[in-house]
Amino acid sequence: MTRDHLRILLPIFSLGLLLAGVFYLQPRAMSYFGLNLLFNLAVPVALATIAQMMILMVNDIDLSIGTFVSFCACVTATFVQSDPVVGYAMLLGAIAVYAAMGAIIHARGLPAIVVTLGMSFFWSGMAILILPSPGGSAPAWLHAMMKAKPPFVPVAIIAPVVIGLIMHYFVKRSSLGVLLRGVGGNSQAIDRSGWSVLGLKATAYGIAGLFGVLSGMALVGLTTSADANIALRYTLLSIAGVILGGGEFTGGRVSPIGAVIGAMTLTLAASFLSFLHLSSDWQIGAQGAILILVLAVRLVFTRREALA
Amino acid sequence: MVVNRKEIGTREVPIISLAGIGVSFGPVRALSDVALNIMPGECVGVVGHNGAGKSTLVNVINGRLSPTTGEARYDGAESKADFRNGQRARQAGIRSVFQELSLCPNLTVLENMRIPYRNMPWRNWRGNAASAVRVSLDAVFPGNGIDPYRVVGDLSIAERQMVEIAIAFSRRDIDARLVILDEPTSSLDGSIADQLLAYIKKFCAAGGAVIFISHMLGEIFDVATRMVVMKDGRIIANDAAHTFTRDSLVDAMGHVVADGADSGDGRKQRELGDEVLRMANGLTARKGEIVGLAGLAGHGQAEALAQCYLERSSDWRANRAPAVVFVAGDRARDGVMPLWSILRNLSLQTLVEFSRSFLVDRKAEKKLVADWHRKIKIKTDDVESSILSLSGGNQQKVLFSRALASSAPIVVMDDPMRGVDVGTKKEVYRMVRDEAEKGRTFLWYSTETDEILECDRVFVFRDSEIAAELTGDDITEENMLRASF
Repeated sequence: MTRDHLRILLPIFSLGLLLAGVFYLQPRAMSYFGLNLLFNLAVPVALATIAQMMILMVNDIDLSIGTFVSFCACVTATFVQSDPVVGYAMLLGAIAVYAAMGAIIHARGLPAIVVTLGMSFFWSGMAILILPSPGGSAPAWLHAMMKAKPPFVPVAIIAPVVIGLIMHYFVKRSSLGVLLRGVGGNSQAIDRSGWSVLGLKATAYGIAGLFGVLSGMALVGLTTSADANIALRYTLLSIAGVILGGGEFTGGRVSPIGAVIGAMTLTLAASFLSFLHLSSDWQIGAQGAILILVLAVRLVFTRREALA
Repeated sequence: MVVNRKEIGTREVPIISLAGIGVSFGPVRALSDVALNIMPGECVGVVGHNGAGKSTLVNVINGRLSPTTGEARYDGAESKADFRNGQRARQAGIRSVFQELSLCPNLTVLENMRIPYRNMPWRNWRGNAASAVRVSLDAVFPGNGIDPYRVVGDLSIAERQMVEIAIAFSRRDIDARLVILDEPTSSLDGSIADQLLAYIKKFCAAGGAVIFISHMLGEIFDVATRMVVMKDGRIIANDAAHTFTRDSLVDAMGHVVADGADSGDGRKQRELGDEVLRMANGLTARKGEIVGLAGLAGHGQAEALAQCYLERSSDWRANRAPAVVFVAGDRARDGVMPLWSILRNLSLQTLVEFSRSFLVDRKAEKKLVADWHRKIKIKTDDVESSILSLSGGNQQKVLFSRALASSAPIVVMDDPMRGVDVGTKKEVYRMVRDEAEKGRTFLWYSTETDEILECDRVFVFRDSEIAAELTGDDITEENMLRASF
């Protein structure tokens, strides 16, 4: 239990530290409007991180999530807006492709890293076909939802909390979640008990696809237009988010709440660096440094735990 | 919760009936012409040396393997040998505990209970699973104190094995009627193993059946009502347990085992050299000495070994003259490279030692492997095939060769004989003794008394500390037990 607690405490602590830093540098951020501005871009990142988490949970890795989210954003900004039936059918089809990809990876014993890398070019090409130049527009309801101003707590806070709690309930508490994590922990044991690992992997990938779609839609809701390269950075951000949130690359050890917090931490790190007036040339490097720092701290703790 | 609950004790129909079963993997015949009936209330002991086909037999019974020929009947029902046998086996209440642990280390104990329980009621399943595991753990291993909410990865290997056994005996919608235990006591110490044996007797008395596979003949004789002896994929003896004696059983298995007087001799004549190892906890070893680490499982022996090994091997660059080599007990975790061939697995330790240049000397590597293949009789025709094509005992032989091939003066062994058959054990004992005579020092942690009796000096561990140091004629089972408790 203690190890699990530690796993979740560290991301919370690092998010808190960064938030304190931001508030210290820019006290005006400590408001409804300020928080919304700080975190609203965290919503699509959090959704993409959850998608990545579903894949990491079954011991695979998804290098196509960034281009997939871009593709979904392009579909949302064009077809969903102009021709909803075709648009939603395309998004559903994309989820089905994701599930099929999981099934094929398992059935043929292919390395996920290669298949998803290949698929990333596919999604990227599709996105450019749909939207050769930046443009499109968000469906009105989506825009309204993302820009809504509920009393007291901004959407940018409510959405991650809701996503984190729902996924926590699904992954950590439900039977299906247990089986999916079991695939990551010891797929042979799952197979021996008569479950279809193929089906479970397809399910995990399908859910990842669903969250990729949601991420693309949320992104369009915020930016109101799309671009074929809009979410390329999400691939690495999502992996970093899962790891930052206490997940591991193998062994089915993931934490949905941690992943959401990890995504928020990464988004906040960018803002924090801007408030420091750091030149944007250095920002990505500095973001990487923050990531390494947090992971190093985690390593120190888990090592100590293992020795104790 | 009670769905499809069958009455235990349908005396007339066998739970499983195999006739003329044959299984081939390509050109390899793993089983041929196997016939076996298991009635309710029986405890069938299955013995045979490594690679005799025991695990394959288990997989046919629990339906995971479709036999190439012959037929399997569950509860007397006609059934073709097809892919649905797994489901039929589950319906018949057949459950298995496998040789290598098959729990998910990232899940809690109760979540692991969920995995084999296919049709678990959805409402409040966590609470139900927790209480079911708790009840079963208490029934099989009274006083174990394992919390169902703990993550399996945090449990000791003995506790994991207890959890796995308890899950196999737990109550579900279809009650357990035949439980297959493959080397269930390999990581358990004596008193816990006795609890299990007592529970098996109770379970069989109530009409359940058990297939008990073990290399520990004492346990089999204690618990089995019928013996099945396997050799080279065939059942060569199948009779009531009381018709066998220890010797006749070993004879039937086809191994000539040296008599008991043999163990521990060769201990006295040897001249021991200078002290080569001294650790903070008082553990010492001299050149050419076989030092045993005894005591109940999980009392700090493995940690002491790891510390000894890491202190001497944590170097930034590979060394042409390593100070110490390690033989792993937990093969899957720290021994075998599952994707590599037997050859690569065997030569791993000595790659740097034996190559003269930057590149691997493939010729020397091949020669080394051919030597050891012959010397330790690894059961394969082709050392280029995958390591996983070998049975557990033969994999362990490869790991032994890997370490012994090195020139390191100290060999650290972490209970390496887990699940290895009697014949192989004797061969390895002899090799260890020979190597010791040449001046090598062995640090040997073992949960088996026979192995500790092979040692020149024994440190008995209790609560991570050395409770006693025994030498010469003081090394007896009695003294060890006294120091352990």
